[in-house]
Amino acid sequence: MSMTLDVSGTAQIPFTRLVSVELRKTADTRAGRWLLGAIVGITALFMIIFFLVADADERIFGNFIGIASTPQGFLLPVLGILLVTSEWSQRTAMVTFALAPSRTKVIAAKTVAALILGLAAFVAAIVIAALATVLGGASEGFEGLSAKIFLLFLALQLLTVLQGLAYGLILLNTPAAIVTFFVLPIASSIVFALVPFLRDVAPWFDLGTAQQPLFNSFGGDQGLTGEEYAQLLTTSLIWIVVPFMAGWARVMRAEVK
Amino acid sequence: MIHVEGLTRTYGGFTAVDDISFVAQPGRVTGFLGPNGAGKTTTMRIMVGLTPPSRGRVTIGGHLYHDIPNPGRHVGVLLDASAQHAGRSGREILTIGARTMGLPDSRVDEMLALVSLSPDESKRRLRNYSLGMKQRLGIAHALLGDPSVLILDEPANGLDPAGIRWMRGLLKGYADRGGTVLLSSHLLHEVEMIADEMILIGRGKIVAQGDKKTLLERGGAPSSLVTSLDNTSLATALQGKGFSVTAAGEGLKVEAPAVEIGRTALEAGIVLTDLRFGGAGLEDLFLELTSDTQREGHIEGASA
Repeated sequence: MSMTLDVSGTAQIPFTRLVSVELRKTADTRAGRWLLGAIVGITALFMIIFFLVADADERIFGNFIGIASTPQGFLLPVLGILLVTSEWSQRTAMVTFALAPSRTKVIAAKTVAALILGLAAFVAAIVIAALATVLGGASEGFEGLSAKIFLLFLALQLLTVLQGLAYGLILLNTPAAIVTFFVLPIASSIVFALVPFLRDVAPWFDLGTAQQPLFNSFGGDQGLTGEEYAQLLTTSLIWIVVPFMAGWARVMRAEVK
Repeated sequence: MIHVEGLTRTYGGFTAVDDISFVAQPGRVTGFLGPNGAGKTTTMRIMVGLTPPSRGRVTIGGHLYHDIPNPGRHVGVLLDASAQHAGRSGREILTIGARTMGLPDSRVDEMLALVSLSPDESKRRLRNYSLGMKQRLGIAHALLGDPSVLILDEPANGLDPAGIRWMRGLLKGYADRGGTVLLSSHLLHEVEMIADEMILIGRGKIVAQGDKKTLLERGGAPSSLVTSLDNTSLATALQGKGFSVTAAGEGLKVEAPAVEIGRTALEAGIVLTDLRFGGAGLEDLFLELTSDTQREGHIEGASA
């Protein structure tokens, strides 16, 4: 009997297949379906509350989008975190990496899957916001809309998803990653607000401060200045890209148990 | 088919796997046997790339596991039947595996039927599975891709006697068709009945390997278990011939082949009610070979 294994006839697992499996994993448990449902449901709920309490002339599309960004900013990162950490808490990483030994490909597939879900949440928010604006009766509800608003909102969503993934990859532990995700930015903002010599440089180092102009731009028509874009870039680098790379490196080296 | 070459894994100052080398051949069931914490699981995790080795390497059919494309189609792996999402149904767990490997969903039904999980049970969430059901599901998962190599860590764990017999038949048949099977266990009896080849490991080191016959020849004199109507006289007669006799349950354990005991009883005119092979040859060997690695042994050694 042959001692060698003929693998010439076997194709590599296509990346798209890994992505579709990762998407499937987000919705094949009760907890997963609840989270996905909650993201859409709570987004809608926030908009309905705003719809009911806001004056008619405030019910414009930009405001609805701004309202949607709050709950989605909370919940989408949790989705990203769980996509990574549940593999470790449920120990399915052993099976995942045995079937797909290229950890880089698996992490990339998870990232793409998370971004697709972020995109879907964005589309859902746009649809609900448009519906609310049509029903809302503000005569110029869609006025002053630019593609820029959509893109900024989408960029913000996707960045928070990536941030969730990054903390998940670094900590590989659901509660720790969720707590870190929510507490660290607050702690950072407090430090940068309280320490006088840090206050001036806060927009360059504090994610919350740098993202503030982004939120403000939804309701009004003023865009971001070049400096504000640069600040978004540096803070995203510090708070999202660097942790993501560190987390990636950790998973590459980790012993899977 | 599985080549382990000078494999070592250390954790700080602790050596979990210490320079082990062995081969698991195709067409044979290779048993990987050792007490708890001997390094069996670590070795198997290194085989499939979940743990990086400190030194040495493992090849499967001449390839590093990492280099095998779509490895589930070639190597079936079951390391821990409980390492699945508790909230997924058994069917869903197999479906994810089948999708990853690019297999049709019909393969899931085939595997569920093979391991005798009913359609009803397959829809239950894993957290509601008994250990035996998890183990069946894990075996189904390992066999999904119709692999030619199987790596199974404690596959009989949690199976009832009928389940163990079923698994034995399954793996034997699998090896007879040319497959390579490596399975680990801490229970000698389990491995003895199924394995063609045995690797004995204790505290990270291989202490013996070979087929059952070779190992038994190393085990020294065979022993027998005997019960008679007059054990006291029988013991005296046997000791008179120089055999070592110890009480064992209602009878005696004698360090002699059964034929010698039968002859002694005949000469002494004692009626035997039970006489059989002590069967402990391998067990003695196993305990002896791993004695300095057994937890119990350590305690004895410390008090001596």
